[in-house]
Amino acid sequence: MPARELQDGFATEAAQHDVPRQLRAFALDRRDFLRLCGGGLLVCLAGEPSLAQESGGGWGRHPLPEQISAWLFIDAHGKVTVYTGKVEVGQNIRTSLAQSVAEELRVAFDTITMVMGDTDLVPWDAGTFGSRTTPTMGPQLRKMAAAARSLLVEKAAQQWKVDPATLVAANGNVTNPAAAQTLSYGALTQGEKLTATVDGELPLTPATEWKIAGTPVPKADGRDFVTGRHKYPSDIVRPGMLYGKVVRPSGFRATLVSVDTSAAEKMPGVQVVRDGDFIGVVAPDGWTAEKAAAAIEAKWAVPAQISNTELFADLKKRAEGGAAAGGDMEQALAGAEMKMDAEYTIAYIQHAPLEPRAAVAEWDGTHLTVWTGTQRPFGVRDELAQAFRLPGNQVRVLMPDMGSGYGGKHSGECAVECARLAKAAGKPVKLVWTREEEFTWAYFRPAGVISIRSGVRHDGTLIAWAQTNINSGPSGIDTPYNVTAKAGDFREVEDPPLRQGSYRALAATANHFARESHMDDLAHAVNMDPLEFRLKNLTDARLRAVLQAAAQRFGWGRQASSPQRGFGMACGTDKGGYVAACAEVEIDAARKVRVRRVVQAWESGAIVNPDGLRNQTMGAIVQAMGGGLFEEIRFASGKILNPLFSEYRVPRFRDTPEIEVVLLDRKDIPSAGAGEIGIVALAPAVGNAIFAATGERLRAMPMAAGKFRA
Amino acid sequence: MAEFTLKVNGSEHRVNAGSEESLLSVLRDRLQLTGTKYGCGEGQCGACTVLLDGQPALACITLASGAAGQKITTIEGLERNGELCHVQQAFLHEGAFQCAYCTSGMIMAATGLLHAHPHPSEEQILQAMNGNICRCGTYPRILAAIHRAAQAAPTEADDARA
Repeated sequence: MPARELQDGFATEAAQHDVPRQLRAFALDRRDFLRLCGGGLLVCLAGEPSLAQESGGGWGRHPLPEQISAWLFIDAHGKVTVYTGKVEVGQNIRTSLAQSVAEELRVAFDTITMVMGDTDLVPWDAGTFGSRTTPTMGPQLRKMAAAARSLLVEKAAQQWKVDPATLVAANGNVTNPAAAQTLSYGALTQGEKLTATVDGELPLTPATEWKIAGTPVPKADGRDFVTGRHKYPSDIVRPGMLYGKVVRPSGFRATLVSVDTSAAEKMPGVQVVRDGDFIGVVAPDGWTAEKAAAAIEAKWAVPAQISNTELFADLKKRAEGGAAAGGDMEQALAGAEMKMDAEYTIAYIQHAPLEPRAAVAEWDGTHLTVWTGTQRPFGVRDELAQAFRLPGNQVRVLMPDMGSGYGGKHSGECAVECARLAKAAGKPVKLVWTREEEFTWAYFRPAGVISIRSGVRHDGTLIAWAQTNINSGPSGIDTPYNVTAKAGDFREVEDPPLRQGSYRALAATANHFARESHMDDLAHAVNMDPLEFRLKNLTDARLRAVLQAAAQRFGWGRQASSPQRGFGMACGTDKGGYVAACAEVEIDAARKVRVRRVVQAWESGAIVNPDGLRNQTMGAIVQAMGGGLFEEIRFASGKILNPLFSEYRVPRFRDTPEIEVVLLDRKDIPSAGAGEIGIVALAPAVGNAIFAATGERLRAMPMAAGKFRA
Repeated sequence: MAEFTLKVNGSEHRVNAGSEESLLSVLRDRLQLTGTKYGCGEGQCGACTVLLDGQPALACITLASGAAGQKITTIEGLERNGELCHVQQAFLHEGAFQCAYCTSGMIMAATGLLHAHPHPSEEQILQAMNGNICRCGTYPRILAAIHRAAQAAPTEADDARA
């Protein structure tokens, strides 16, 4: 039942995606509902953060509409419009959701237009995160499409006065085979809304019978992306639009000491906007806005703050005194023939989506319209409504398909800043964050310290596993291996040094890195092949299947590792996705690591679009190279020390290994999301390959930041 | 401010811009040619790649006034009479994008490469493309698209542009 799943899934996800909660820790002042992060306007939170309310059973405020017309509309020409609050950020759901609707409705793919993330037009939605679109919005839209089809068949049956069971819906028409009669969907709706309500279950087309879903349909509107015609949020232009720029504080948690805006105010066409510690400018063009902001002299007081070199000691100190493992665990560990105790760290990293935060805001009296790049259009609408004390229905947020997010664009700070500037200017304003702003004032993937205590028999049977994660998160902390005594403990740290939030796969990356590196150490300790050791302790058939598929395609065991060439593997599961990766690395005399080849096997139930899935899986491997080998945010005294692409290395063409993706299609299992978990296996597979070659165990992500280079 | 003429995609535009203003800023904010993207402002990501007299250039670190007199080609200028050039077609065919925000810059860089080396070696491709970032990680598909484009016969759009 999609509605039920939407609620349950959201409840478990929301806590981990709770950016507003994280923002609260940054609040320095509170006036007029506007919270100030240094000089940047942040979300105002009157009372509880809206997301937390939603996760706490507040779905009652946003019941899923049961009317077909809330989700889809068929015009008199048979053109279908589908409405969803999910947004397209490159994960290809504009295509895959349309495929699912086309399938159930029995229409051609290209008759469908998806309206996504426009808060005035689509049903309320918590946001696009947690790999929830495919398992929840997919079935929801399929159900509505199936109901619409059934309604159209009934309408035709009434016109022809025949039994609806004798009619066939196909290719946008209802046909009566007995009388050779046909009516198109357009003729049946005549452009009128389908007014029926749908509650309860409807039979959906099984994946084994899919004709449009399950096929490699190319990206919807692909041509607009190769011609530059697509308008991303930062490309929106409105009549009379001005350009904004915000003056940023010199560090985190800063307070404004003094400011001189006189030079900027003298510049032609420039307006300075002050609101407490918020200082911004608007100008007729972006260039002038930039000059004007630079001409403002602001002095800030930045309190002392820790640096990244002190980070892990600080996190550990602050997480002390957590619950001790239970007696069963201690007993199991005490009885183990071999024990291992190890600690792993993971650095803060940035999502660095190529399109930084951007917004265009336009006021019409007391109505506010904002085009912005966000994974949570309704969340941003609420932030705006609260910031400007407006009822939600006076704020409209539109989310044009954006230059991605990777979990990094849940919050609406740029939209709030932009709307503040537009309100002062009395004209539409565009605000696009610079790369440096994005690297500094967006939130980060949390850093963490993970410790594992394990026990194993000489024969390779795992008997105890206790994993603790400090600060980075609980996702993926539960081991999929068979262990009698196992425990996973996440310890939150209050007021972490950097603002932190969601990142693709959340903490599953950190927890998998620790677990799969540790498993590799145990395999070597008991003198077993890493594949054999994993399989010995694994009965989860789906995880075994991807592990074996990856190993087979890779040719695991065919070649022994040498000091110059190592082979490693890792696997894992979260959010209904199953992944295994095998990696081959080359290490030269200067300890430079090159990942030469990666084979990754993936399974997430029935495949909706094999081309999109292959693309996601491949992209996840490439993105994982960065966090695995070299991405790391350095900071000191409330400043980011490497806030530019020239100082923060991301994966490039030359870093890309030869990649083979093996997809397992389980048509008997409902489709799960695939945008996230494909990222978790690469780093430990590479680390294990480096160990196989050199005997050096790297327990810190990124791995090529110390003894090894990449 | 300075006044000068830019020749963009075959049309002349009289521009009034800051004397130190970047070509990217002029293209996007003054000429509304938003197909060319901002990604970093320091010439590190390639999202703003355009062609100046057929050579790839990073518009974010190119002075607009300095580009006066040169033939500027942006992503909007590759199509001819509704027909895509072979590089655009190859990207479409390979599905060489996810969010596609980097695509304009990738296509312009690849177009410049194939102009200079119609049949580039792998090393020449890496050399030409390594400055362009795709955060979604579609590099293998972009490489496949460039190989495909190198093998394809030029289209009418390519002939017209040359």
